[in-house]
Amino acid sequence: MKSLGNIRRSFAPWTDPDAKPFITFRNVTKKFGDFTAVDNLTLDIYHREFFALLGASGCGKSTLLRMLAGFERPTSGEIILDGQDIASIPPYKRPVNMMFQSYALFPHMTVESNIGFGLRQDGMPKNEIAERVAQMLKLVKLEQFAKRKPHQLSGGQRQRVALARSLAKRPKVLLLDEPLGALDKKLREETQFELMDLQQDLGLTFVVVTHDQEEAMTMADRIAVMSHGKVIQVATPAEIYEAPNSRFVADFIGDVNILDGKVSASGNGKIELVTNDGFTVRTASAGAPASGSAAGFAIRPEKLKVSRNAPADATVNAAEGEVWDIGYLGDMTVFYVKLGSGKVVKASMLNAQREVENPIVYDEKVWVSFGETAGVVLKD
Amino acid sequence: MSKLGSAIFSRLVIIIPYAWLLFFFLVPFLIVFRISLSTTAIAQPPYEPVFALADGLSGLWAKIGQFSFDNFVWLTEDALYLNAYLSSVWIAGVSTLATLLIGYPIAYGMAQAPRSLRPTLLMLVILPFWTSFLIRVYAWIAILKPEGLLNQFLIGTGIIDSPLIILGTNWAIYIGIVYSYLPFMVLPLYSALEKMDNTLIEAAQDLGCPQITAFWKITFPLSLPGVVAGCMLVFIPAVGEFVIPDLLGGSQTLMIGKTLWNEFNANRDWPVSAAVATILLLILVVPIVFFQNAQAKAEEQGR
Repeated sequence: MKSLGNIRRSFAPWTDPDAKPFITFRNVTKKFGDFTAVDNLTLDIYHREFFALLGASGCGKSTLLRMLAGFERPTSGEIILDGQDIASIPPYKRPVNMMFQSYALFPHMTVESNIGFGLRQDGMPKNEIAERVAQMLKLVKLEQFAKRKPHQLSGGQRQRVALARSLAKRPKVLLLDEPLGALDKKLREETQFELMDLQQDLGLTFVVVTHDQEEAMTMADRIAVMSHGKVIQVATPAEIYEAPNSRFVADFIGDVNILDGKVSASGNGKIELVTNDGFTVRTASAGAPASGSAAGFAIRPEKLKVSRNAPADATVNAAEGEVWDIGYLGDMTVFYVKLGSGKVVKASMLNAQREVENPIVYDEKVWVSFGETAGVVLKD
Repeated sequence: MSKLGSAIFSRLVIIIPYAWLLFFFLVPFLIVFRISLSTTAIAQPPYEPVFALADGLSGLWAKIGQFSFDNFVWLTEDALYLNAYLSSVWIAGVSTLATLLIGYPIAYGMAQAPRSLRPTLLMLVILPFWTSFLIRVYAWIAILKPEGLLNQFLIGTGIIDSPLIILGTNWAIYIGIVYSYLPFMVLPLYSALEKMDNTLIEAAQDLGCPQITAFWKITFPLSLPGVVAGCMLVFIPAVGEFVIPDLLGGSQTLMIGKTLWNEFNANRDWPVSAAVATILLLILVVPIVFFQNAQAKAEEQGR
């Protein structure tokens, strides 16, 4: 199977064996009492990368970020930034800055002095501070709000101030903790692209923590999917979506149908398995699990085709069922098809292709089918 | 129906504090002010004019004509009163500052304590209120007097040879006020510090502040509403304090509360003591207005 690279820009230092990582977590463990927040984790992040830590709350992603910022010390292991072990460096001496989830703007200071706060701590001359602050205000398009206090700003404006403040010191790495969490959907989408442009223009390394997979998929060069203090998969958004390495990742990212079954034949880069629902799946697969071993087959709803007529070869990659429920979402329609075994699979169809004149309706007998490269085999 | 009911209820809720202020503050104040405009008399009550229903409207008008500001003029002519006011404000000011310096670390420590421990600490701050104020002040006499606990301890441990004379000096008053009013300082400070967002401190550290700098740049400015509230709660009652200077202070201690008590009880001069009280109120209205302003500002900030 062809490896899925970065589709947003040609930037993939992780595929280059000579590239030196900019940030390295090596066997990092963090315990809070009996609770292990980060469990023997090893991870490389490259210079100028937009890296996302994705996971449900409590998976350890925020702890990882806070260790990078210096608010938590690893219980064991080392964190290397630009060739230097930073574990013992206090947060106020680290060349990283953080944008906090709550923004943490100082309520008693104006926008201007919030942004200039870090520069004043560094003892930068006043005129240079003014210059840099003006530059930052321009960057986030808040020039006319310089004299306002944070409580006089909207949520989106506060987010920009927080961003400007964390960028003002020109950190080597910018850490973003749920940077768009408090914004409404429309603003969030706009801001995603602004952040991406900013990251490319400034040439900085961004590490963003998020629980929103769509956000991670849109913005990041690579995503680390985390669970229970461990990294389950690190890959580009496309790889994570198209070739999840485990049931957890497949289930966590996007919608998926997982059909359990047994491998009946394998070889030649192909696998055949018989699902518990009684039909045969033939699919391209890099690995070759032994015949007879249990495996799951994961397929995304948009890759299932729903039709009235049986496909040409109805013996593989096809199953008959009846429409159990239909969800109309505007841009697409989601069909819940109940297979003979009683299992319900989800198939979505873009409404551009939908036959409006003779639509498939409830309780109708239909076929669901898919191609040989549509899904992946999960070996657990 | 329920909407109407809730409208009436919310009116009623607003009326209660206003009614309280009217009956227990404004009306008594007007009575005191009216007495301050009278002259002393050897009578019952010991001032005139005294209104009676039998006077009729013209009689009432004639009696109001007898009112004068002579008592207030008298207060300006005798340096005793001015000195007593100044000394009261000075003693209250110094005590307030001392209370702040002692109370702030206590409140800060409480706010930093583990969440499970905080109710206990809060309880300990309030605990002295379970004993009468008067008894607690008397207890300080036993501690501070020349043969008291403090001197016994200091002489016993060999730190000093002869007892310190604290009781009967202004030092005893400072100690008494700081001790008695400390909870009023700690509680508003604690409530300001406790709701402080810890990520602000982290943000300051992230931007290059060592912890101590972060305290002065972030924590302290943000706790100012609590500082102001605490200082007002200590300063205002301390200015008019009578029990502490009377019990712990000496005969030379000049405080307006004592002066007022003397005028009222020893001299039986109700009009002059009423005038003293009126001026005292005016002196206190200034910081109260300041306090109100600070409160309104804080509310605006916390929006």
